[in-house]
Amino acid sequence: MNAPLIWIFFPFLVGAFSLLFISQERWAAIVSSVTALILTLAALVVPIDQALGFGSFSLKISSSFQILGRNLTLDSSHAPLLTILYGVAALWFIGAESVGVARRLSSMGLIMLSLLVASIAVQPFLFAALLIEISVLVAVPLLSPPDQTPSRGVLHFLIYQTLGMPFILIAGWLSAGVEASPGDLTLTIQSTLMLGLGFAFLLAVFPLYNWMPLLIEEGSPYIVGFLFWILPTVASIFGLSFLDRYGWLRGSPQVMAALRVAGLLMVVTGGLWSAFQRHIGRMLAFMSVAETGFILLALSLNPATGVPIVFLMLIPRGLGLAICALSLSVLNSHTGSLRFSSVQGLARAYPFVTAGLILSALSTAGFPLLAGFPPRLALWNSLGGGSLTDSFWFMVGILGLATGAIRALAVMVMAGENTSWVSQESWSQRAMLGGGILALFILGLFPQALSPILDKLPLMFQHLGH
Amino acid sequence: MITSIVSWTVVAGLLITSAGLLLYRDWRWGLGFLAGQYLGVFWLVYQHWPLGMAAAKLVTGWMAAASIGMTLLNLPDRPESDEKYWTQGRIFRIFMIGMAALLAIAVAPRLESVLPGIGIPVSMGGVLLVAMGLIQLGMTSQILRVILGLLTALSGFEILYAAMEGSILVAALLVVINLGLGLTGAYLLISSPEEPSA
Repeated sequence: MNAPLIWIFFPFLVGAFSLLFISQERWAAIVSSVTALILTLAALVVPIDQALGFGSFSLKISSSFQILGRNLTLDSSHAPLLTILYGVAALWFIGAESVGVARRLSSMGLIMLSLLVASIAVQPFLFAALLIEISVLVAVPLLSPPDQTPSRGVLHFLIYQTLGMPFILIAGWLSAGVEASPGDLTLTIQSTLMLGLGFAFLLAVFPLYNWMPLLIEEGSPYIVGFLFWILPTVASIFGLSFLDRYGWLRGSPQVMAALRVAGLLMVVTGGLWSAFQRHIGRMLAFMSVAETGFILLALSLNPATGVPIVFLMLIPRGLGLAICALSLSVLNSHTGSLRFSSVQGLARAYPFVTAGLILSALSTAGFPLLAGFPPRLALWNSLGGGSLTDSFWFMVGILGLATGAIRALAVMVMAGENTSWVSQESWSQRAMLGGGILALFILGLFPQALSPILDKLPLMFQHLGH
Repeated sequence: MITSIVSWTVVAGLLITSAGLLLYRDWRWGLGFLAGQYLGVFWLVYQHWPLGMAAAKLVTGWMAAASIGMTLLNLPDRPESDEKYWTQGRIFRIFMIGMAALLAIAVAPRLESVLPGIGIPVSMGGVLLVAMGLIQLGMTSQILRVILGLLTALSGFEILYAAMEGSILVAALLVVINLGLGLTGAYLLISSPEEPSA
């Protein structure tokens, strides 16, 4: 028995089985969420590379699996990340049933997740770009069901994500050369440019994020939200692997400055576009853009400060996006459009949805008491210590996000005086949104609750974690 | 010497097939050019990889082309549209093909200095296909053309990357990606009944 079999091949097979043989929404959601929960629990309690004794019987889960001459390795340092990925994925799968996308999301989402975990496990880490690309290909039928004409957003998504892979692979090859001859300035510039372009495509860095609002306008908000969560999260871990592996990248002030500028551009543009939207789905897209900007900003800090902030963002980001996407999907299924004109005054008919939508948006904006507040505060504090200008632009982005949330709230409560408060959400939707909102507050009030998992996350990295 | 002559002939062939992909409208011609292009890719990859691994590229490329072709065969033929635009666009396309060829000629010797031993025909073929693929992607939003553009750009990258990395796992994953792109294209074409026939 070994860890990659459990956390990569098993969910892949369950996903494939679910895709081929399970036709009922409820059963698809149950199978995938139970699988994800079991894998979360296993990551929490099952030791890797240590013997487990059951009376006279002992079992050891080894960390490596050899495939075509290379290794997939998931050791005990990966356990916290596996816990987060499968745990948050379980939330997404549970919620999928209440918006009628469980069959598609559960099966293909599980396959995607297993491929993305494989991208974290593959050695050398550089080959992760190939596995991420394969998961992008799996995402295409997820985004575009057979009975729906493929949208421009899907094509742009496919093009941009595919173009990122070659740049990253070539950058990895060049980076090894830079490591061998650190004085070669030309090679260093070429490698940095390639890497920058690769991650710009992969993380949808400004201005390459036009597919994000397109996707959410034309597709299921819940499925698109899942992609907005999983792809940037894993791509960020992949980016951290680059910083960890190549000392010249970590030590380069130019690379850090580029990350800072890209991050600020994303936070500011994401915030401002969000403030001026008249479509709440597009707001989610720009919230996600800003979230990626926050991650880039954290990466631009000194690793000892920035890396824990990146990890502190992972769970609030996943939770906030899940609540927002669920709220949007419920609204979309009732109104058929997420334009302001269509959702105006719906707060009284959909109070849980409205609360979920607004609170998750405010959490992204770093509103106090909500899950997004502790990482934003830590990030802003660290930025302010270095540059007031950066801190000012960060504030502009945050204000934009908060303005977008307040505008959405204003539109949704704009109902006639005689409209009564009658919740039209189903019980399952109310339970999930209510639970999610509660979790947003709990994580905002007690961020230390996550420290048993988050404290061990940096150990995945040889240099960044020590 | 003979290898070098064959390689240069292959580069010329790649110029013809990739230009054909940009200029010809009929999907049958397009897939024919794509299949021919993979022959060239096979030869250039074979300069750095063993025969078996290089042949895998050829077979995968043909399988991707076949999957798209089978799909299109089963879809009803649709009338060509926007002929006027197409005629005007053809001159621009020929100009862009010229630019891509010039770019490949200019960049290939420089690549030789970054990747010693890659060989100028290999680097020229790789850069040419990447450029042609990107031009294709920049000029259309039609599903078939986007997929052909991605496959072309990826083929160019694979030619270059073969000189850098010889891992079997990489070869296998690239095979999956090529085949996946072909199948994704077929899936999207089926889902898009009103898509013009390229």
